[in-house]
Amino acid sequence: MSDPAVDPEEVRHVADLARVDLADDEIERFTEQFVDILDAFEALDDVPETEREADLSNVMRPDETRESLSQEEALQNASDTEEGQFKGPKVS
Amino acid sequence: MTEYNGYVTDETIEGADDGPLAEKTVAVKDNISTEGVRTTCGSAMLSDYVPPYDATVVERLKDAGATIPGKTNMDEFGMGTTTETSAFGAVENPAAAGRVPGGSSGGSAAVVAAGDADLALGSDTGGSIRCPAAFCGVVGIKPTYGLVSRYGLVAYANSLEQIGPIAPSVEGAAELLDVIAGPDEHDATTQEAPEADGSYAAAADGDVDGLSIGVPTELLDGADEEVVETFWDAMDDLEAQGASYHEVDLPSVEHAVEAYYVIAMSEASSNLARFDGVRYGQSGGYDGNWNESFANAREEGFGEEVKRRVLLGTYALSAGYHDKYYKKAQDARAWVKQDFDEALDDADVLASPTMPVPPMKRGESLDDPLTMYLADANTTPVNLANLPAISVPAGETDDGLPVGLQLVGPAFGEREIIRAGSALA
Repeated sequence: MSDPAVDPEEVRHVADLARVDLADDEIERFTEQFVDILDAFEALDDVPETEREADLSNVMRPDETRESLSQEEALQNASDTEEGQFKGPKVS
Repeated sequence: MTEYNGYVTDETIEGADDGPLAEKTVAVKDNISTEGVRTTCGSAMLSDYVPPYDATVVERLKDAGATIPGKTNMDEFGMGTTTETSAFGAVENPAAAGRVPGGSSGGSAAVVAAGDADLALGSDTGGSIRCPAAFCGVVGIKPTYGLVSRYGLVAYANSLEQIGPIAPSVEGAAELLDVIAGPDEHDATTQEAPEADGSYAAAADGDVDGLSIGVPTELLDGADEEVVETFWDAMDDLEAQGASYHEVDLPSVEHAVEAYYVIAMSEASSNLARFDGVRYGQSGGYDGNWNESFANAREEGFGEEVKRRVLLGTYALSAGYHDKYYKKAQDARAWVKQDFDEALDDADVLASPTMPVPPMKRGESLDDPLTMYLADANTTPVNLANLPAISVPAGETDDGLPVGLQLVGPAFGEREIIRAGSALA
């Protein structure tokens, strides 16, 4: 498999997907570092396909109401609230 | 506060009057929720976050009578091997001047090593309990996945992490494990350990007569020479007490650290999406649209290592790369699991140096993330395999730097590794 091409454009694109603003010098530094790190991850190409044993069972409980955080407690760490609700930035 | 910066917050939380830990102070890593006491995860994002509820392990500490002297410093969100990525400053190693304390639970190991707390809780996603225990010359246990509740632990990589004890002795760590272990209805991944005789503390009897130890050669290759020498001296000590050892091959572990980072970063990119500054954390303000506001909050709130991992995780999960990175990493995880299970068919426990290197000099890892990641080569395979492991002091290098020995047991075989480890510390 060919080396993944990482350039500043790609880092900017991924940062955009992840909703993280980056300064230009951060983009430059990350681009260099990502080349090395992704190159190391290339070693995974040698890993054989391996069957995964799923040792899992479902955990169930009756669907009953129980005590939970009060509205006030749930809102106590929000930077802004309005009428008992979280207030966020504009959606559009 | 401590001169080595071990605590982010040193507010005392009192426990019940009576209980097995009534005379003990137990410091708690700052990614474990404490009701009414801020829990920062070592991040500017959460510098003012005050949880409205206790983590299950904190409830259990309080019920057991422990006094919590404070919340310990850590790599931001658990992302680091040196406790230098904290927004509250780096932690110094009380056991080795000028060196890092290891990470990410560096504050927890440091306060125990310095004697400022009797015991501490850390969390271990890829070695974050065992590495600082090794670097600070104390004992740390990463329990079997599912033994200890993660309810109230701020998630970094859920499928890999466990909360566990750090203590000056194996017996002390086991006593703390007795208090925090056991199923929790708030964490559906917990399970009842198979029935066994006696407490974990009772297993710290130092009896290794007849114990069979496997030594994975892959975990010694490339390790620092003095670390390897110290490791073999400790193995000789165990042999003199009646244990025997043989070499084992674990070819899969050659790929473990890469698989670990792909999986951990992928899970981190999803877990940390919740930090948008609306419900809690650093606000991005109200100018512009929500995407701009979130991206602004996350630029200001996250440090560089966290951004690096969130971006790489986003990349590994994105269309076109998912099969190449994430799927292959899951194959590697299954392979590592098989390898460990087979090796543990022919041995009671597996032994290796906890870290392939002695504690690094402060400051030297920050500009070279890949080198820092590769230092986790011996600890990350255990998280991929969901197994329990302990790090115990093995001795020191010629310069007096602590070296840890790691013992890995079968799933829910905490008693085996506690017993074996207690022959050394």
